[in-house]
Amino acid sequence: MWLYGLTVDMLQPLLSLRHAFNYFSTTSSPSADDSIQVTFFDEKDGSETTVAVPLGENLLEAAHNNEIDLEGACEGSLACSTCHVIVQDPDLYAKLPEPDDDENDMLDLAYGLTETSRLGCQVLATKELDGMKVRIPSATRNFAVDGYVPKPH
Amino acid sequence: MLFRSGRKLGDTATLGALLCSFVTKRSESTLKVCVVGSGPAGFYTTAQILKQLGSTARVDILDRLPTPFGLVRSGVAPDHPDTKNVINQYTQIGLDSRVSYFGNVTVGTDVQLSRLRRLYHAVVLAYGAESNIQLKVPGEDLHGVYSARQFVWWYNAHPDHRNLPIDLSKIRRVAIFGMGNVALDCARVLLQPPPRLGTTDIAEHALRQLRDSAVERVDIIGRRGPVQASFTAKELRELLKLEGVRVVVDPDQLRVTETDEVEMKASRAKRRIFDIMKSSLDASSNTSGRQLHLHFLRTLKGIQGDEQGAVSSLQLERNELRTAADGSQRPAGTGEMEHLPADLVLGSIGYRCNPLEGAPFDERRGIIPNRGGRVLQAGSSEPDPGLYVAGWVKRGPTGIIGTNLTDAQETVAAILQDAQSLSAPADDAPSLQQVLQESGVQAVSGAYDSSLVHNLQQKDRCPQP
Repeated sequence: MWLYGLTVDMLQPLLSLRHAFNYFSTTSSPSADDSIQVTFFDEKDGSETTVAVPLGENLLEAAHNNEIDLEGACEGSLACSTCHVIVQDPDLYAKLPEPDDDENDMLDLAYGLTETSRLGCQVLATKELDGMKVRIPSATRNFAVDGYVPKPH
Repeated sequence: MLFRSGRKLGDTATLGALLCSFVTKRSESTLKVCVVGSGPAGFYTTAQILKQLGSTARVDILDRLPTPFGLVRSGVAPDHPDTKNVINQYTQIGLDSRVSYFGNVTVGTDVQLSRLRRLYHAVVLAYGAESNIQLKVPGEDLHGVYSARQFVWWYNAHPDHRNLPIDLSKIRRVAIFGMGNVALDCARVLLQPPPRLGTTDIAEHALRQLRDSAVERVDIIGRRGPVQASFTAKELRELLKLEGVRVVVDPDQLRVTETDEVEMKASRAKRRIFDIMKSSLDASSNTSGRQLHLHFLRTLKGIQGDEQGAVSSLQLERNELRTAADGSQRPAGTGEMEHLPADLVLGSIGYRCNPLEGAPFDERRGIIPNRGGRVLQAGSSEPDPGLYVAGWVKRGPTGIIGTNLTDAQETVAAILQDAQSLSAPADDAPSLQQVLQESGVQAVSGAYDSSLVHNLQQKDRCPQP
């Protein structure tokens, strides 16, 4: 289920990537009462990082506090779409408050939009999101290795 | 294929692998890169180079203006300050000890590209699109006909057009040709109550004129239908929400074809934009005040002037959409003509890149021919080693600031792949600073003000929205 939104031809290599990088995954300390566990899967390099996110913090802040490579060009002011993340579990996605018009306007411009896309700066950590996994989509996966060229937007 | 097993790469994966071998073989020598242009493409390219090459990176950023940040400064509308927040990130990149900034240096005039290339392992051209597509209709040279780019540069105080001879106190009607966000930005600046712009970083000369403006009505005109408009939802909703402005669209022009329906089904953005437009019609009850008219399916055929040579009206031909062989819808003239009065005409049908001596140029596409960021030799499909492109000059003038991030990642990946085979500058090669000094070029270096840095450091990195 966590590969939701990927095209079929991407699945196999990504599965092997996931396997390969489990070895390198880092996990921060177990969640306390006032924080939840969130896993970021970075499609660009296949890395997967689980971090503790204090309740009320948004995912852009959480990423930056943990040196996860999630862009935030407008600094969380809803003026860009660079912190686009894809919630891997549709059931968890459904638990989020719906995106408002401003967020939807920006999501329209995001690369690789899916049905469970959100802007990281708008997703606040709440108890019911504990264990959530999000994917950071990338158009530039593995350029260096096999000359992968992204599809035009 | 994607991941070659057997290498333990830590968390930086594939680019890191190349980098490791590169760094080892070059025995910690630096890779010198020159980035021409300091807009989003230039800064994202620099950021990627720093990230991928670590301590071995040296980047000189050049700009023909004294000030950095390109279109973030001169293109983004003054009432979109949040979009400009990215300047904070670029400033941090510019402050990095591996980066030097040289403003007020025009490549091709102050220093030739061929000379630059001898000073660096790689030169990345990221100088954007500083020209625009011409309307190419009779009357384009009349007084009062400008490109939207000139108008935007005027209100954003770009040194090239800050003295544009506009007198808004004598202009009642403005016609803008083109249906993109630049057209909507121009309309919004013209129609917005001036006090709201007074709190922005709009040019003082523009604000003075807007306070004294006689503009009553803006007409935005596009060749194709509402579903093909290229503006985005945020900019459309901003227009519809403008205080004291009545938005008018002929309901006939919002009738959609079957192909329109297919296009909307394929694009969530198109569907949302169309729905916003349609619902605004029903809600529009504001009958007084300034007016904004959207005209779809109209081709500009000519511009008429008065005895003094100033623009007075537009001649438009009505279009209908025909589906071309590739499935896209193209406008076709019906022969029915109409006239629209106008005192100021802005052509907003696209930016265009200028060629640069020493680099090839594809006149038809208006870009430097390249493959994945590697510039191709003139008339050949072979790359020209050491010369790269990023941003609009690479892919054409489309996309948003963030698009340049992906774009730069691709170009920097190409540089890393080529790194081992790039010719190093000669051991006795002078620095750019020396070259500029010898030529008497007054470069602006270290353009970052220490108080700005202090403010940045005080600022919360990720404020709550």
